Parts: sequence; C-alpha cells; structure tokens
Amino acid sequence: MNQETTKRYNPVAALGRSVIFPIQNMGSIAIFFFKGFLNIFTIPFRPEKIIQQVYFIGMKSIFVICLTGAFTGMVLGLQGYYTLSKFGSEGMLGAAVALSLIRELGPVLSAIMVIGRAGSAMAAEIGIMRISEQIDALDTMDINPIRFLVSPRLAASLICFPLLTAIFDSIGILGGYLTGSGLLGINSGVYFARVESSVAMEDLTGGFIKSLVFAVIVATICCFQGYYTHMRSEGFGAKGVSMSTTSAVVISSVLVLISDYILTSFLL
Amino acid sequence: MAELLIQLQNVYKRFGTQQVLKGIYLDIYKGEITTIIGGSGVGKSVLLKHIIGLVEPDAGKILLNGKPIRSMNKKERGRLKSKFSYMFQGTALFDSMTVFENIALPLKEKSKKSSDEINSRVKERMQQLELVGSEEKYPSQLSGGMKKRVALARALVINPEIVLFDEPTTGLDPVKKNAVHNMILDYQRKFGFTAVVVSHEIPDIFYISQRIAMLHDGKIMVEGKPGEIQQSSDPVLQSFIHGLQNHRENVTDMASLPQVETRFKEAMIHLQRHKIAFSLIVLTLNNLDELNEKLGYVTGQVVLKKFMAKIRERISIVDTCSLYSLNKIMLVLSGTDKIQAKEFCMRLSKEIKGNELIDVQSYTGFCFSISAGFAEAKEGSPFGAVLVKAESSRNIFLEFRVC
Repeated sequence: MNQETTKRYNPVAALGRSVIFPIQNMGSIAIFFFKGFLNIFTIPFRPEKIIQQVYFIGMKSIFVICLTGAFTGMVLGLQGYYTLSKFGSEGMLGAAVALSLIRELGPVLSAIMVIGRAGSAMAAEIGIMRISEQIDALDTMDINPIRFLVSPRLAASLICFPLLTAIFDSIGILGGYLTGSGLLGINSGVYFARVESSVAMEDLTGGFIKSLVFAVIVATICCFQGYYTHMRSEGFGAKGVSMSTTSAVVISSVLVLISDYILTSFLL
Repeated sequence: MAELLIQLQNVYKRFGTQQVLKGIYLDIYKGEITTIIGGSGVGKSVLLKHIIGLVEPDAGKILLNGKPIRSMNKKERGRLKSKFSYMFQGTALFDSMTVFENIALPLKEKSKKSSDEINSRVKERMQQLELVGSEEKYPSQLSGGMKKRVALARALVINPEIVLFDEPTTGLDPVKKNAVHNMILDYQRKFGFTAVVVSHEIPDIFYISQRIAMLHDGKIMVEGKPGEIQQSSDPVLQSFIHGLQNHRENVTDMASLPQVETRFKEAMIHLQRHKIAFSLIVLTLNNLDELNEKLGYVTGQVVLKKFMAKIRERISIVDTCSLYSLNKIMLVLSGTDKIQAKEFCMRLSKEIKGNELIDVQSYTGFCFSISAGFAEAKEGSPFGAVLVKAESSRNIFLEFRVC
C-alpha cells in the first residue's frame, strides 16, 4: 500500500509512466494490426466470415451513408452557392461540391458514420466475448482469436470503406445538384460539366487512399479496445465493455481526423 | 502404476498484490480422473488455467510427458492444445452461434473432416447428451443444465486426450449433477481420456475420481486416493469435507461414506443397547450405463431417484436408504435377517413396475437389473468390514429385474 502511494505521488515516475504507457500502447496496437492483417491471408481461407462482415459493416451502413451523403451534398450546395455568388461564380458550384466531397468530406464523414454504426458494435461484441471467456475458449481450442475475430473485420473494412465513400460522394454530388440546380436555378449542364472538368484522377485516388487508411484505423482501434477489455484498470465486466466501446468510438474518431490532416498534407 | 502425464512443480502465481499459488506440486496420471477440491477463491480455476496455458506461472514448471510447456515452440503448443479440451465454469459458449455451430466449431476450424463427417460426429454427441432438437437454438434460449451439456459436447467432440473441467456441475439441480458426473465417468471409461476436475461436489466426486488433491492457502495440502482423503485426519480437510456434506445432505440423495458410517454407528448402538439386529443391503444397479445410453443421463438419474422413492415407501422410519455411489443404493434395515432381506427384495421386484419409474417413452425391454448384496452386522463389527461383505460378489443373494 505504501509502495503504491509512493508510486502515485512520485512526479518523475508519473511523468515516465505517462510517456511510456502511450508508446507501449501504440506498439501493442501496431502489433495487433499486423497480426490481424497477416492472418487475412493464412490458410485455410474463410471467405464466408469476411462476407458476413462485409454485410454487417458495408451493406447495413448503406442507408445511413446515403442519408448523410445526401444532406451533406445539399448543404454544400446551399452554402457553396451563397459563397460563390459573392464572387459571381455560381457556375463553379459543381466543382466546389464535388471536390470537397471527394477529397475531404466523403472519406471522413463515411468513416465517422461507420464508427458510430459498426465500430461501436465491433468493440462491444468482442468485449463481451472477452469478459464471458469466449475468447479464452477459442484459445483453448487452438483457434487463433485474432484470426477468427479481427482479421475478417479488418478485411471487410478494407473492402467496404472505399465503396461506402464512393456511394457517399455520388449521393452527395446529386444532393448538391438538387439544391444548386433544383432550388437555386443553376443550369444542370453547367453543374455536371464543372464536376467532370474539375475532378482529376488524383482527387479520386487521394480520397480512396484516405478511406483505406481510415478502414485500418477504425477496425484496428475498435477491435483492439474490445479485445483487451479485461485489461482495463478503471472498470470490469459490463462497465468495462461500455468503457471500451466509448474509447473505441472516441479514439477512432479523433484518429480519423488527425490522420486526415496528415494525409491531406502529404497528398496535396 | 499409471503413467505420469502432467506435473506441476513449484508453481507460483500472483495477481496484483494477491499471491494465489504459493508453490504447487501436483502430479496428474494418464487415464485417471483427478479432482482438485478447495474453498472458493483459493485458485482452483487459476491452477486449471495454468495446465492449458491460459495463464503463465510467475515461477515454477509445468511438464507434459516430462517436457516443460514453457520451452515448447508455437507449433508444439498448438499440437499440445489440440489434445486438450477445457470446459469452462461459465460454459463460455459462443452466444451468437447456434448449439450445432458451437459444438461443430472445433472440428470445423481445426480438423480436415468433410462437412458430412462433422455433421454426423456433432449429431452423435448431441444424441449422447440429449440435445437433439436444440440444434438451431441459441445459448441464451437454453436452461443452465442444457448449456452445461452443450459445453460438454463441445469439449468432447474432438475426442480429446485430456479434458479439464472447471466446476462442471455448479448451478445444476442434484439430479442433473449426478447425470453430469455419470457422463464424465462414462465418457472417461469409453474414451479413456485423462480428466482434471475442479469441483465442490462432495461426496459425489469421491465416486468418480481416482485421485483427489486439496488446494488450501495456495498449496496442495493433501493429495491421494479418495479413500485416503476420506480417512485423513487433517482437521482442515475434514471440516471442509463435512461442511459441504452437511449442506448437500439436505438437497440430494447422495450420502458419503462418513455420513453412512454415522447412520451405521447409530444402528450399532441400538444393536448393543437393545439387541435390535440390523442388516446392510447394497443394491447395485448393473445396467445404469445402458439406461444412460438409451434414455439419456438425466432421465437415467430421474428413474434411479424414483426407484429410491419407491423403496423408501416400503421401509420403516428407522431404516435408511441412500445412494452412496453412482449406481449403488445402500439400505440399513433394522431387525432384518438374510431371509427377510430376500423377501424384501422379492417384494421390490414384484411391486415396483418399470412404467411407474419412467415418464418418457421407454425402450423395448426396459428393465432395472439389480444385484442385492447382504451382510448382517454383528456386535462391534466395523462399518467398513460390513460394507465390504455386503459388496462382495460372494454375498450377492439375489439378482432381480424391475421391468
């Protein structure tokens, strides 16, 4: 007890711990990701598990992606028109909407929506499996839990994120057209011509690279938080699972935004 | 002497500030059922998890066939794990999978069997464990007893060499407890696996185990054969055994040897003081395995329980009737000689009908095949000697069937 108290109030040790712990954690996350990624390719290959996860992460997210994509595009149409009309360049609306969506908003908002819908579920499901000893049971059967639980989710995220981003972008551009052309009177030919002329292949590639990176971040962080639920010092059992789910959502959302900035500065 | 399979040598484990294991030495022999007993929270499950490698010891060695598990490489450990099965205390069934998928999982993931072979193996186990009809159910839709049976089916589906049972009967009613113990013993005999059981179920485990170890204060306090453990004069062990027995006496028909011995002593006092003679009859159910196989383990136990209830209706208030092993019923009957005992057993065979004992559809030729052994107690004869006499094949005075 005395030793613990000394440890807690030793400022040098506390400083050391606060530096070592995040580094250690980052290392663990990196190892966790590599194990999960490499196990996607180990035999026997089980495509049915990946398909199940594609259905859960991708297919079931389509509605929410369409909805957010449509409204994001529509609000971009409104705001873009208001701003561009100040410079007399309303005709550029198609380009403004398409570029903001493809380069930035599409990958980021899709990732955030999938975190809320599927990422939290991943953390909670794996967390419950951990506290009810189901992961230990896999271990005793000599079934690699990372291969069984994490790899299919990682593979499915890598497949779904770019596709969901593409859907988000397309619906968003149509949403922008709806407000720009339908409500505010921009010629539809001009809108789509600007979209076509302004979007280059690099923009699309950049957007997809971002979505792939976000897929890795979201799947790894959410699975990691669930997988190590039992190691949390601040809560056990159901409380531990709720904390893991919260951490999974918060950490992956923040990391998506941070990595978006870093990627943008490299891709520009 | 059985072959030594697993050895724990000086194993230490600490969780935070709590030292759970403080130098464990334990030998587990091939083909035997070894039971680890001990109070709650003494680290029995932790000890079991060390054996399968779910928990690594802080110090000490765990040897399998003389080779330290720690020095094994990943491949060797994988091979080792494929020989083991572990039945978790909380069953650890996969709650998003159906019963069938749960049982089939180890075969599907780790064996190269075709799906037809997997299906037939899973169905066979489900039939043996009375789970037919529950294939498409999810664990949350099952009762506690059924969950245990699914976990047992999953543990046995790979035909393991070593099975570790972590409190397999916790939370079950006495009939189902007996059924699970029967199952463990039966499968152990059938498949010859080595079993390590963590259990509180005294005296039941004395009848199924070949070796018992008591864990106390982080160490193996006593280790030995069930008879040696029961005879041990260690006060901690005795208070532990008796404490659990007294509790169980109220809820089950199973009596332990010391318990029966107490009843025997009471009858002996009557004999000495009032010259009231008494006899000991041991009814051995010869075909319990057949009943278990054809009716299922739970139904087998229900039938046995009903049979005992019928016997009780026919004995006087001073007589006792208790199950003292998985298939043996012991009767202490006052004022009964060999001829009267024979008449009593004949009456049982005539009056008790097979269809009164069974609620479900029985099979053709359903009968209880019973051997009755008899011994009359003489003044001052020790309990053990009378019991051995009643159990010996020379003293079987009647073999009858209840159909």
